[in-house]
Amino acid sequence: MTNLLIRGADLVGRGRSDLLIRNGRFVDPAEAGTDVDRLDADGLVALPGLVDLHTHLREPGREDAETVQSGTLAAARGGFTAVLAMANTTPVTDTAEAAVHVAALGARDGYTQVVPVGAVSKGLDGVELAELGLMARSSARVRVFSDDGHCLSDARLMRRALEYVRAFDGVIAQHAQDPQLAGVSACCHEGEISGKLGLPGWPAAAEASVVARDVQIAELTRSRLHICHVSCAETVDVIRWAKQRDINVTAEVAPHHLMLTTNEVLGYDPIYKVNPPLRPSEHVEVLREALADGTIDAVATDHAPHARHDKDHAFAEAAFGMLGLETALAVVVETMIKSDLLSWTDVAKRMSIMPAHIARLADQGRPLAVGEPANVVLVDPAARQVIDRNDSASLSRNNPWHGRELPDPVVATIWAGRVTFRKGR
Amino acid sequence: MMRHLLSAADLDQPQITEILDLAEEMSLVQGRPVKKLPALRGRTVVNLFFEDSTRTRSSFEIAGKWLSADVINISAKGSSVSKGESLRDTVLTVAAMGVDALVIRHHASGAPWQASRWIDAHVLNAGDGTHEHPTQALLDAFTIRRHLRSSNPDLTSFDGKTVAIIGDITHSRVARSNVLLLTTLGAQVILVAPPTLLPAGVDSWPVLVCTDFDEVLPQADVVMMLRVQRERMSGGYFPTPREYTISYGLTRPRLEMMKPGAAICHPGPMNRGLEISADAADAANSLILEQVAAGVSVRMSVLYELLGGAE
Repeated sequence: MTNLLIRGADLVGRGRSDLLIRNGRFVDPAEAGTDVDRLDADGLVALPGLVDLHTHLREPGREDAETVQSGTLAAARGGFTAVLAMANTTPVTDTAEAAVHVAALGARDGYTQVVPVGAVSKGLDGVELAELGLMARSSARVRVFSDDGHCLSDARLMRRALEYVRAFDGVIAQHAQDPQLAGVSACCHEGEISGKLGLPGWPAAAEASVVARDVQIAELTRSRLHICHVSCAETVDVIRWAKQRDINVTAEVAPHHLMLTTNEVLGYDPIYKVNPPLRPSEHVEVLREALADGTIDAVATDHAPHARHDKDHAFAEAAFGMLGLETALAVVVETMIKSDLLSWTDVAKRMSIMPAHIARLADQGRPLAVGEPANVVLVDPAARQVIDRNDSASLSRNNPWHGRELPDPVVATIWAGRVTFRKGR
Repeated sequence: MMRHLLSAADLDQPQITEILDLAEEMSLVQGRPVKKLPALRGRTVVNLFFEDSTRTRSSFEIAGKWLSADVINISAKGSSVSKGESLRDTVLTVAAMGVDALVIRHHASGAPWQASRWIDAHVLNAGDGTHEHPTQALLDAFTIRRHLRSSNPDLTSFDGKTVAIIGDITHSRVARSNVLLLTTLGAQVILVAPPTLLPAGVDSWPVLVCTDFDEVLPQADVVMMLRVQRERMSGGYFPTPREYTISYGLTRPRLEMMKPGAAICHPGPMNRGLEISADAADAANSLILEQVAAGVSVRMSVLYELLGGAE
């Protein structure tokens, strides 16, 4: 589809207008001839295509749980036009060759741009640096490095990694969780409920103390640090302090941490087992406020598909993680727009502009303006749905929102001028 | 009519009393030359044990057999993750054989809850991870009630009685179930442990918490000592076994500090010389062997409650 006219969408902050797309870019709507496809966007909001800093696509290695194709189609259904694919695949994305392979899978199968995240340490073992520079210089142009799933707990390695990636404007994305502050079997928030349920937990301090250390190393090294999936109020305090000192730190929050609480764990359903864990409601409130005031820069899904049999173990033994791509915007609308904590302009910042900026994606998070790449999502602010886990593009069904009523915002997603999702089609 | 017994919190005071009263009747069987009741003839009980246990498994096995149920033991030791079969598949497989009740012991907290959502059979929690062990709490209550009735035969509730539970509360399913059950029966429970072995959120439990054993000991009508697991000794929870024994062990000098008539309990197996001295374990006021005997009666009672009704 090379000629598409989107009629009457609300371009947030700039009023209603038409958008004409030709050859993957926005062109002057006045040039629309008669030979165009039309998309009536009356009553819809147009946002720049969403960018997910934190997706697990599982390919290569666990193609039974998700593939680049299925995961990016889920992303497109969620309004995303770019995803950053985490490095904890098999093999790990810790070499230029592995990164180029993931990017190539994206180019071949993707319904969104697929940008590999490089591992910080070889094999995610937290001991030796992976080939960060070669990944950066490869055609995959890796800029975000993360051992996500594992905390980079060795302070010396963290310092070297932060220093090293400065050479190519890279960023280290930390899964903050001090492994010494909880047992290896920790599987939920440490607090009243973990004590009652007899489940080993992570205290909030295990996250905040690592962030406190890392922002100081970031200050020392003048490097870019990004904190993955902030889950507790204590971490927000540390990030706020660091930003006041002009330390180069950014942070993301996952949709589930904006809504679900530790109470979900009471029935021992591993659907609600996630790392970092669901926290009590007072943390959820603080995270919403931090996302509103910009202490937290971005929403990132931590979309973590798992085959059913990996979730059907005892709670402590089941896999960590939940799906997130298809429902992320719905949860943000429910928790942030409906409560007036964020405007649509802010949502564009938190889910597109800032993530694109953090990941240094030149073609994403751009204004919906003539000459720009045509990455756009059309949003119905009023529609609602009851989430059905079987109505999904993902190969997995570990959907914590199943059965809940949420907004149904995404009407159409267009990536580089190509319609990658259209509701009802 | 109970469907499952997962938590001691599932039971209110009348239900507990009914189970304990029935256990008293069941205990009469133990003294007979022919130890068999026909109550559960034709019913099948599977002991599905994902964790080693000698006393609990044999106690359930004897209880089922004395009630004439067909009892099968299945040992599924080791993590299901490492074996490649999910918990759900294991449970569905066993249930598909047509069992009436599954008695589940699992090293992970919550496993019996998950199982109860997957199958139609009755599920009985025989100890899940560091969470609960409701039949242990019932047999403890049974033993304590008998002990208290020896001086007050009409006793029905534990109002005004104090039970001290000493040891690794954090990792103890015995402690959690006893807190729930003994509190329901009216007892005041006092938990005694070093702060490293007190669970998160214990302040919200319906108990008193104290880190000084000697302060609590003279008030207790029952002193329940918990086993110290080997892995705690190297886990940094306390400096040395010696320090633990001196601070929290039921040593010979502490026997002198007990209230007259107070009883000693221990769920077993004991670490003699660590949390309990030989003098205490073998003392006249030790109920430890009575607890074991009560285990069979109480489990007969619970199996009958779950399976014995007209269906």
